[in-house]
Amino acid sequence: MFLARPRIFLLAALAASIVLGIFQNQLDPYFVDVLTRIGINIILAVSLNLINGHTGQFSLGHAGFMAVGAYTAAAMTMFAGPHILPATAPEFFTALWFLAALLAGGIVAAAAGLLVGAPSLRLKGDYLAIVTLGFGQIISVVFRNIEPLGGALGLNGIPAYTNLFWVFAIAAVTVYVITAMVNSTYGRGFIATHDDEVAAEAMGINTTRFKIVAFVIGAFFAGIAGGLYGHFTLTISPRGFDFTRSIEIVVMVIVGGMGNTVGVILAAILLTLLPEGLRALGGVSPSLNWISESRPLLYSILLIGLMLLRPQGLFNFRKSGKLKIQN
Amino acid sequence: MKHRSIQSIGLFFLTAGIFLAGCKKSAESAADSTVIKVGEFASLNGSEAAFGRSSHNGTQLAVDEINAAGGVLGKQIQLITEDDQSKDGESATAVKKLISRDQVVAILGEVASIRSLEAAPICQQYKVPQISPSSTNPKVTQIGDYIFRVCFIDPFQGTVMANFATKTLGVKKVAVLTDVGSTYSVGLADFFKQGFTANGGEIVAEQKFTKDDKDFKAQLTAVKAENPEAIFVPGYYGQVTLIALQARELGITVPLFGGDGWEAPELIQGPGAADALEGCYFSTHFSSDQVSPKIKQFVADYQKKFGATPDAMGALGYDSVLALVDAIKRANSTDSSKIRDALATLKDLDGVTGKTTLDENRNARKPAVIIEIKGGKFVYKETVNP
Amino acid sequence: MTEFLQQLINGLSVGSMYALIAIGYTLVYGVLRFINFAHCDVFMVGAFVGFYAGRNLGQPSLGGGILVMLTAMLACAALGILIERLAYHPLRNRSRLSVLITAIGVSLLLENAGQMVFGANPQPFPEIFPSREFVFGQLVVSSKDIVVFAVTILLLAALQFIVLKTKIGTAMRAVSFNTQAASLMGVNVNVVISFTFGLGSALAAAAGILWAYKFPKIDPLMGIAPGITAFVAAVLGGIGNIPGAALGGLLIGVIETFVKGSRWSTWTDAIAFTILILILFFRPAGLLGKLQPEKV
Repeated sequence: MFLARPRIFLLAALAASIVLGIFQNQLDPYFVDVLTRIGINIILAVSLNLINGHTGQFSLGHAGFMAVGAYTAAAMTMFAGPHILPATAPEFFTALWFLAALLAGGIVAAAAGLLVGAPSLRLKGDYLAIVTLGFGQIISVVFRNIEPLGGALGLNGIPAYTNLFWVFAIAAVTVYVITAMVNSTYGRGFIATHDDEVAAEAMGINTTRFKIVAFVIGAFFAGIAGGLYGHFTLTISPRGFDFTRSIEIVVMVIVGGMGNTVGVILAAILLTLLPEGLRALGGVSPSLNWISESRPLLYSILLIGLMLLRPQGLFNFRKSGKLKIQN
Repeated sequence: MKHRSIQSIGLFFLTAGIFLAGCKKSAESAADSTVIKVGEFASLNGSEAAFGRSSHNGTQLAVDEINAAGGVLGKQIQLITEDDQSKDGESATAVKKLISRDQVVAILGEVASIRSLEAAPICQQYKVPQISPSSTNPKVTQIGDYIFRVCFIDPFQGTVMANFATKTLGVKKVAVLTDVGSTYSVGLADFFKQGFTANGGEIVAEQKFTKDDKDFKAQLTAVKAENPEAIFVPGYYGQVTLIALQARELGITVPLFGGDGWEAPELIQGPGAADALEGCYFSTHFSSDQVSPKIKQFVADYQKKFGATPDAMGALGYDSVLALVDAIKRANSTDSSKIRDALATLKDLDGVTGKTTLDENRNARKPAVIIEIKGGKFVYKETVNP
Repeated sequence: MTEFLQQLINGLSVGSMYALIAIGYTLVYGVLRFINFAHCDVFMVGAFVGFYAGRNLGQPSLGGGILVMLTAMLACAALGILIERLAYHPLRNRSRLSVLITAIGVSLLLENAGQMVFGANPQPFPEIFPSREFVFGQLVVSSKDIVVFAVTILLLAALQFIVLKTKIGTAMRAVSFNTQAASLMGVNVNVVISFTFGLGSALAAAAGILWAYKFPKIDPLMGIAPGITAFVAAVLGGIGNIPGAALGGLLIGVIETFVKGSRWSTWTDAIAFTILILILFFRPAGLLGKLQPEKV
């Protein structure tokens, strides 16, 4: 689809995000809220897809990287910002600083990704999954103990810098970078690692390096998503980045079809819209109120149903999940 | 295979469609002639569902009673409740939806300070008054002049208990056990410690736990080693009971005391609970001992409608509605800014949690009542005025 | 010294319950190579079955308590088998990730349905065994700790007996070693799997009753925290290894307790995972696990 002409897609997406950014104030704030969350989830899902889908590693701690990015970016805008920027800085400089903060968040998260990726050398499959889960929890507990960042009570008063332009521009760039990387000659290494590690090693591919690169890049984008998230909800707490959040992202990747970028994007959109759709449905009449009040229950039933009926993912149109080689 | 893909795409567009159905900025006028729309956001599911549902029940009861008596300004109240699932990020979405899609005149919520803090900037930005029933962290109302609360704040309650410890209990060495995951607990502990040390007291031990903890023997053993004369436990009733039971099991005999998070009949229910908590104290908003007919009626109605006795959250949820309705009546309007102005001058509202007056920071000035657990019952001990 | 001993007793007590839950995780993993996320919620259901059963008990007594525990164990064994049949069996030949997500779905389902059915408020658990404190100077040993430890040892012994000395136990071991070969040798794999789930769930229910007995406030989300810790314990001991799971449970229980009573108590939640990561660094298959060589 669009993957055939990635550069055109990128330009089109960037243009669309500029348009969205300009018209943001005309739009219903609830609508903007959901769109923003969709954009952030796309970044999270596509970045996790690199690790879980394309490279075949089992990472259950993605929210930890998001947390690192969120706190780092918030620290930069809240604590360092007032020193660097004069009080009446023109919007351009504030925007530039925000971008810097996001990138800083991404880089620190990438460092965390390196820290998590390193043990992956020795561990396989389920053990790796548990270690990543563990790192996610540990990161959460670390932030809970850092008092200057709010500790267990969270950090509030984060400036509201995120808007539709940033979210979708960054989402477009994320998708472009990861897709381009995976489809390149270098990127074949990820897929080879996923398909058959032993054979890949036998062919001279350094699977360890690819695994670590996948973690680092995945973590980088997750960190940026975290920064966007923090400057959107204006309040972050360690509990918001726990195991449950990681699982939500994993579900998006699985529903989309592991390794299937388009599918994962569609899944991210669907799974963000679904609770809102249920909310709207429940509000139609008082007799349907139970729908909006039982959303977690309905979500779990849908999840089970989905896995039983279509375990390869909802949007996986390829046969038996093997990736199509692009020319 | 192909029609399965069509199914998936179909499902996708169906969901997108349901959602997009009303996405344009709503042009309807907010002044619907037949109802007054009031928004509420609460944790109906998830880890704080116990408190969220309690608060929601109290709110719902008040709305139903007022509607049955004819409503406000001749109109019925339509309560639109959104579930934030105890999750971070959900409150903001819920409140935006209530404000922009439902065009509510005011928002009630939330129990947890952290979720009130998430919603407050939005309510302030869109100039919709927010009344929190039971968020006690001072920061909540500091967000702006559209944010109110009908409960007292941690600094007040902490000082109340500090003075109680020094003057009434007459103790000089106290241990503190804090729930680090709860804004309420940490805030209350901090202010208690400040007040208590200012009175010349000494905090001999400080231990921490988290919301999900069931086993406190580790912390209690450490506390026991320091020989405190009393233990301050600013937590919620679910865990306080366990703490008390385990403290007695370990041979700790000194009294425990705490704040309004203890207030619930379940505190002394269950094997050994009442005995473990005998001679312990907590501060709260009302005592069923000094019960007025209004409170008795509230308890009976709540019991009848929900099959359970109300706790502090339920009572405060109820009073948040009373406060709003009082403001609407005095403003004689459902215009959000007029309601806000009327709320700011709320005085001596006679609710089920005592007489509520809002001060210049939009926090409630109410007396705190200290309850003693005696003979398996909650018994009134003393009142502390602000 | 007294404080040390007291904390040790506290730790062993909590650790035995973690051990019981961990064994359930490890049993299922050993046979199916899959982490049953819903296990900790079966633990919760066991506690609630005990809650409803125990309310009719009147006076706490040894016999009554055992009866309540057996009722819960049976009910949860049935629940476990039902879940396996309905949710996991159809995905037997699918990717492991799909089953994992289904397990998460079942876990969420049990938790949310639990909040609807049992209510979200913590309920007081009735006293099903009589309890007393034994005081030795400054040291206090509660009969609750003794009961918990004793029941855990008994169940462990019973389990070892089943796994090592009975026909079905041998079948379980065969299936965990090589499922295809076992079925070729005439083992009914479906029956073995159902039995394993039933057994694991029964152990979870027993742990649930003991937990509720020791901490008499139960609520539908009570399984999440002990579940994660027990799960870590199972991996720590070597996933698939029963004595390893027990060892892991006790070890983590003790270490967690000492950390909780110290200055660093706010780091408790990270402790279990940190220990795990450290151990896995030196022993990638867990404490008692065996490294599976990769066959090409």
